Amino acid sequence: MEFSFIGKPAVRLDGKEKVTAAARYVDDLDFGANLLYAAVVESPHAYATIKSIDTSKAEKAPGVVKVITGKDFPYKFGMYMQDRYIFAQEKVRFVGEQVAAVIACDAISAERAAKLVKVNYDVLKPVLKVEEALTIEGCNHSTSEPILIHPELKNYEHVPWFFPRPESNIAHIRKIRTGDMDKGWAEADHIFTDTYTVPRYAHCAIEVHAAVGLYDFSGRLTLWTASQSPHTQRHLFAEALAPLGVAHKDVRVITPFVGGGFGGKAGVSMEILAAALATTVRGNPVKVLWNRAQEFYNTYQRQGVLAQIKVGVKNDGTIIALEQNLYWDAGAYVEYGANVVNAAGLSASGPYRIPNLKIDSYCVYTNLPPGGPYRGFGYSEFLFGLESHFAEIAKKLKIDQIEFRRKNCIIEGDRLAYGGKMNPNGLQEAIERVASEIKWGEEEKTTTKAHAKNIRTGKGISLFWKAPAMPPNASSSAFIKFNEDGSINILVSAMEIGQGFLTVMAQIAAEILSIPIEKIRVETPDTDRNPYEWQTVASHITWGTGSAVLKAAEDMREQIFCLIERALGKERKDLYLKAEGVRSHSDETFHLLYKDFVISGIPMEDGTFRGGPILGRGSFMPEYTSAKSNPETGQGGKPNVHYTVGAAGIVIEVDTDTGKVTIPKVVMAVDAGRVLNPDLVKGQITGGVLQGLATALYEDMRFDDKGRLLNPSFTDYKIPTTLDIPQEIVPVMLEVPGHDGPFGARGIGEHTMIPIAPMLANAIEDALGIRIKSLPLTAEKIALHFQLHSHKLIANDNHSSL
Amino acid sequence: MKKTKTKTKTKTKTTTTTKEVANKCSVQFLLNDQKVSIEAPSNITLLDLLRNQLGVKSPKCGCDVGDCGACTVILDGESIRSCLVLAPEVHGRKVVTLEGIMKKSEGEMSELQRYFLNKNSFQCGFCAPGIIVAATDLLEKNPHPTREEIVEGLSGNLCRCTGYTPIIDAVIDYIKQKS
Ligand code: FES
Ligand code: FES
Repeated sequence: MEFSFIGKPAVRLDGKEKVTAAARYVDDLDFGANLLYAAVVESPHAYATIKSIDTSKAEKAPGVVKVITGKDFPYKFGMYMQDRYIFAQEKVRFVGEQVAAVIACDAISAERAAKLVKVNYDVLKPVLKVEEALTIEGCNHSTSEPILIHPELKNYEHVPWFFPRPESNIAHIRKIRTGDMDKGWAEADHIFTDTYTVPRYAHCAIEVHAAVGLYDFSGRLTLWTASQSPHTQRHLFAEALAPLGVAHKDVRVITPFVGGGFGGKAGVSMEILAAALATTVRGNPVKVLWNRAQEFYNTYQRQGVLAQIKVGVKNDGTIIALEQNLYWDAGAYVEYGANVVNAAGLSASGPYRIPNLKIDSYCVYTNLPPGGPYRGFGYSEFLFGLESHFAEIAKKLKIDQIEFRRKNCIIEGDRLAYGGKMNPNGLQEAIERVASEIKWGEEEKTTTKAHAKNIRTGKGISLFWKAPAMPPNASSSAFIKFNEDGSINILVSAMEIGQGFLTVMAQIAAEILSIPIEKIRVETPDTDRNPYEWQTVASHITWGTGSAVLKAAEDMREQIFCLIERALGKERKDLYLKAEGVRSHSDETFHLLYKDFVISGIPMEDGTFRGGPILGRGSFMPEYTSAKSNPETGQGGKPNVHYTVGAAGIVIEVDTDTGKVTIPKVVMAVDAGRVLNPDLVKGQITGGVLQGLATALYEDMRFDDKGRLLNPSFTDYKIPTTLDIPQEIVPVMLEVPGHDGPFGARGIGEHTMIPIAPMLANAIEDALGIRIKSLPLTAEKIALHFQLHSHKLIANDNHSSL
Repeated sequence: MKKTKTKTKTKTKTTTTTKEVANKCSVQFLLNDQKVSIEAPSNITLLDLLRNQLGVKSPKCGCDVGDCGACTVILDGESIRSCLVLAPEVHGRKVVTLEGIMKKSEGEMSELQRYFLNKNSFQCGFCAPGIIVAATDLLEKNPHPTREEIVEGLSGNLCRCTGYTPIIDAVIDYIKQKS
């Protein structure tokens, strides 16, 4: 296919705004002199009963307008399960949970008064680990009955594809059963079992969460939020505040530019406070702005996981059976996080063909902050164990790592864990490209300190896959309108969170309508003006919203052809769009420019006009998906629209004395279906690789024995700087088009960080002969393992306790 | 930018007790070549003064404690973190923000900004003003930095989106074209 705009690099539509600081984020907006500020009163305990709240002192403090507690808002909310309250009710369930809020004339008065609110607690023993939350076979834990975090679990409303276990801390189990496990184990020549752990991580977008709410005297509730999900927010605000008489049409969510999301700004977290508080101070906008510490402990966190893996293989390396128990530390509220658990369970076979599968993915309540979506949506977490384990197996069977993956990788038409068929994909090509780029099998010469005795080199690889995790009816829509000069505005409600979505939507419309990108404007949404979009998550925007934009552009083309046929008597089959206007195949002289008719209409001989403003409309919903399945086997539905796949490889140098890892090269091959903009795909790769490396090497949320987060700052939770980037990142873009999506495109945004941790762990093993089974792979941990290993103090298999 | 230099300054903002009413002070300084005279609480930071009292929104707040560099501005020719400087400290001094850099280029983007634009250097853009100010300052002092010097010079500015490569590459391309 020959394209004019698709597949070409383009200067980002929002580039100029961003390099000139014209771009406005929520906290940059001005709200006038009557703006009020809120500060929250936070729980100092991980688990406690609230005995009493005394707000009298705070109410009298200077500048204070109002003090709000749970009594004022006894309402529940939640994305997939309604297990969360706007303010804590009888109990607090994590350190930092909002118990009350003070609204004042300025931020400092609000903060000071919040300290004057006296809350009396009965402190309960918190549950801080999944091992304490349930009885798990093979885990060390106390034998006493687990403490229940949500005794009311059985009463919680939830989506039909969740299966909570009342009277336990299990909010949901996703089970997968295919094939015959007994037969699988019997046929296997070897069985390998191991346990891997992954801690919690923070998104660390540089912009903190911010929300401003205004409930005016007409009953209109407007929210300005730093969000990936304006329409979902509108829906959840309207649902939660329905008891106050708020309806969808009365709620308006405006989302200016967002300073980074990574899943952290999906759904509704602290924004519910701005919505609720605004209703108590009618006519005054009220701002809730998180500080960096709150950003760490009171937004979603990436969930930790404990993965027990058992794999049966044949002597020739064929994987024959996989059993995987994933225990997710989902935190105090799982309204969003339970779906991460679900998505991971559905796909925990990884991109492999495995005939016999038994997967149990447990969503476990703990008294740690709520887990939730984070770039990768559970896949990075389970893939660490799986790909590490496969590397170990290949090594033990003396089969080459690449060969092992070639042999077992999933191909088009293979049966998926839940029953459907694997979509066309470029996984095999990705494996070959990565192998050749990192010169797999060839000795690497140390690049920096060649010949130094304490430097060892290693190579590692990992495959990856991910499907968008969405409800089966998640949908997108688009309007496109023409302007007098033939330029267009595209109205959509997906969010520009840095991925370059505005630009890609413009490229899609440009391709259909033959309009240069410079004449296209796409803005961030306002739910009053822009049509519906589910959320900007799941790497589904290019595919889903892109499909809606494509349809809207085609709709305009149809209208244009119809009009010209009607007004000028030209046959529509003969018409096509080119160079900002309409052309005719049979009449080369015919060229009617958009600017001459799309608003003003086509003049007729009698002085009348035909036409009227051309408006495009497009909706998209994948009508072939279903979440209906057997709860005991996971079979029967088609929960995923497709998988995006790829492979990644790394070359490392490790200092055996210090454990420090330097990275000469990373290769990332991803099958985008169709690369709509290579520059933006590359951007996702360079960004995702570094974010992945940081989670693999040093990021780590640490909690004390009371459930308090010990490192809620960039001083103590290090994220990478310019000093931490690999020497070279090679992006490889493959194109095996999908059956839908604009020009066959699939999302690739999250995928770029998914294989990083196991790839790195495998390279460390290759370099030093040590297998580390818990993240992060800090220099300290590497050096310690290596010391113990080389002094034969521990057997290589038996040091996961470190 | 040396982070440690400015980080030692104590911030009185958080230590003010409830009883103390914030003292006002009058601050006069040169902001982007324009004289500014303003009454402001003496315990607010320069970042707060710029953003909330003067409406200059290019410096962003990513942490408020000197960790992220999103608030970077130039104070008397040195790039600093404006969240670590108290408003009264800038009295009689010169402050330049990204707006000032564009003012110098007659209201247009600077040459360096154009390189960032054409390289699609930024994604969410939240770190952009701080990084562009830091890079501008770096190039002012060292017009032909090596890659290592650029990496070092920008190491105090956090960006979560880009992996930094497209930012560093834009600076390198800019220097290449200059020489
Ligand atoms: S806001 Fe000043 S360094 Fe982060
Ligand atoms: S572009 Fe998002 S933080 Fe740098």
